[in-house]
Amino acid sequence: MTSYIFDGTFYGLLSAVFESYERKHKQVRLYTHTAYSSDMFGGAITVTTNPEKALRVWKGLNGRIDAQHREEFYTSWYADDLKTWQLLFDYALYIFEHPAGADRDYGHALVLGLSQVARKVSRERHRMKAFIRFEKGANQLYHAVIKPDYDVLPLIAEHFRQRYADQAWVIYDEQRHYGLYYDLHQVQEVVFEAVPAAQEHAAIRQEDTLLDSQEALYATLWKDYFRNTNIKERSNLKLHIQHVPKRYWRYLTEKGDVRY
Amino acid sequence: MSERIREKLSILADAAKYDVSCASSGSNRKNTNGGIGDTGNGICHSYTEDGRCVSLLKILLTNFCIYDCQFCVSRKSNDVKRAAFTVDEVVELTMNFYRRNYIEGLFLSSGIFKNADYTMERMLSIVKKLRQEQRFNGYIHLKTIPGASEELVTEAGLYADRMSINLEMPTEQGLKTVAPEKSHAEVEKELGLVRNKTLQYESERGVIKSVPRFVPAGQSTQMVIGATPENDKEVLRTADRFYKDFSLKRVYYSGYIPIQNNTGLLPLIGTPPPVIRENRLYQSDWLMRFYGFSVHEIVNDEHPDLELDIDPKLSWALRNIHQFPVDINTADYRLILRVPGIGIQSAKKIVSARQFGKLRSHQLRQLGIAYNRAQHFIRCADSPFSLGEQDAGRVRQILLQESQSKWRPKDTAQLSLF
Repeated sequence: MTSYIFDGTFYGLLSAVFESYERKHKQVRLYTHTAYSSDMFGGAITVTTNPEKALRVWKGLNGRIDAQHREEFYTSWYADDLKTWQLLFDYALYIFEHPAGADRDYGHALVLGLSQVARKVSRERHRMKAFIRFEKGANQLYHAVIKPDYDVLPLIAEHFRQRYADQAWVIYDEQRHYGLYYDLHQVQEVVFEAVPAAQEHAAIRQEDTLLDSQEALYATLWKDYFRNTNIKERSNLKLHIQHVPKRYWRYLTEKGDVRY
Repeated sequence: MSERIREKLSILADAAKYDVSCASSGSNRKNTNGGIGDTGNGICHSYTEDGRCVSLLKILLTNFCIYDCQFCVSRKSNDVKRAAFTVDEVVELTMNFYRRNYIEGLFLSSGIFKNADYTMERMLSIVKKLRQEQRFNGYIHLKTIPGASEELVTEAGLYADRMSINLEMPTEQGLKTVAPEKSHAEVEKELGLVRNKTLQYESERGVIKSVPRFVPAGQSTQMVIGATPENDKEVLRTADRFYKDFSLKRVYYSGYIPIQNNTGLLPLIGTPPPVIRENRLYQSDWLMRFYGFSVHEIVNDEHPDLELDIDPKLSWALRNIHQFPVDINTADYRLILRVPGIGIQSAKKIVSARQFGKLRSHQLRQLGIAYNRAQHFIRCADSPFSLGEQDAGRVRQILLQESQSKWRPKDTAQLSLF
């Protein structure tokens, strides 16, 4: 077992795959710089991220797996944890070692593992498409704050760009301290540099005083609608909470009257 | 001003909530005109406390109605507050909700005031404004008003993604007892009109690409369950016929929730809605549409009603135990799909994985099948040798004992031995 330290980027991961292929390391334990402490094993190899090598690996992988699994591989990257990255690394090695078509062997732990992780991330991506609630500022900017379980903002950018093409918007991930900003032309990543992390939420909401004059009315109407479309005789709170887990409630206009 | 619109929304959302359909999928409208919105697989933006999804702004244009259908909360003789939106109010609500990512689009229905065409004209002008003035490309589900003219329905179909008209009751006799002014024939006429127009537009599109799509997300309908005495066989046969005759995208089943009514024709207030039966009907509906079951296999003269304590697929399997066990490693995909505890995703994975080697039970568990249920109906590489077929009664008993259904009555009675 050899240890590799990489920089925690997608290209870094693919570069690590390249490295292991070149050095003929079959059993590799991945670490990021932050996750590795030098006294653990000693003799770890630091992988240099190389876009050219990374793309060669990506191309090679694409030639061996079908479109669905390519999508799953890319989606899974955003699970944003070392365990998944290890899985992706092992999966890539497995694919290169086996004849084409090995990505359909769901009896294999890595193949099944990939599809299970991809499903988790994909579910969170879908939730964010659903649970983001914009507030309209007096400056006509629609803004939303969220805290997704996985780092899914890059996966939803295109959806929001196409759908809300004629309005400027910001979606901010308060857990990972960055956001997406659409200025009617393109989507960019933005960070709040001047504000300490703990106050970011407040900083975005600070515009509360500068909300569009109709904002409160439509938020109220939405809450009214939400209440009135419920059928009391069929109350099923367990199912409700299963579909809308409590950790998302504070971001949902219709749940709770507390303004933050 | 805001108090009035709040009151209207409360009344007209409340009256619209009995329409079950909330689908926002099946259409593929792109935001290409520099406007707002698109449609795709559909997104449920929230869920109410009854566990139903909120995808569309589901409202009535008005709850004034000239009809007196006994099952309907908006019927003429019912003493409820009445209200009506203006065209612009509906447009503003839709746009402002959509821009805040509350909804996927609009579900617009209406009581019938003055006459069918007068009502339909107003609904048409709403969807037209949304599409043309607001350049709105989100989802629009429009209820067809029974008896509206062909011209109006045809024009509406060019702006709506989905259209629907409700059968209301599963049989004509049932409908006649509670709503003498309505008939299934009228529903069939409207469904047929939209079906024929869809075919016509599709064939024209084959020649000229620029021909617009007509009702791209197709048609659906709804039946109320438990208001009139039809059995499940009648319900599912009606559904099956409408799926076939009108290529419906969906049939919805709505468990009747008793409302104020003195005619003695309908269940009394306080009668709980038949939620389990409704659930079993939906399961059967899925079996017919995605699992290759025909309606006669699910319900027939011998078994006119669905079992409430087990799902219809398990019920079918126990009645046809001689067709099992199915060998996971050799059986056709269609047979694997019929095994209780195996769904479409798992069946596909099984068929894909077994090309690489015989599957064993621990792999099946990991694939995500409901193994405890499926094990009685399958054989895999490491199944122990067994003699002959299983005993259906015994399997049922084992499964019932294992299951922890939330629907199970609290005072668990002794299970029958036979």
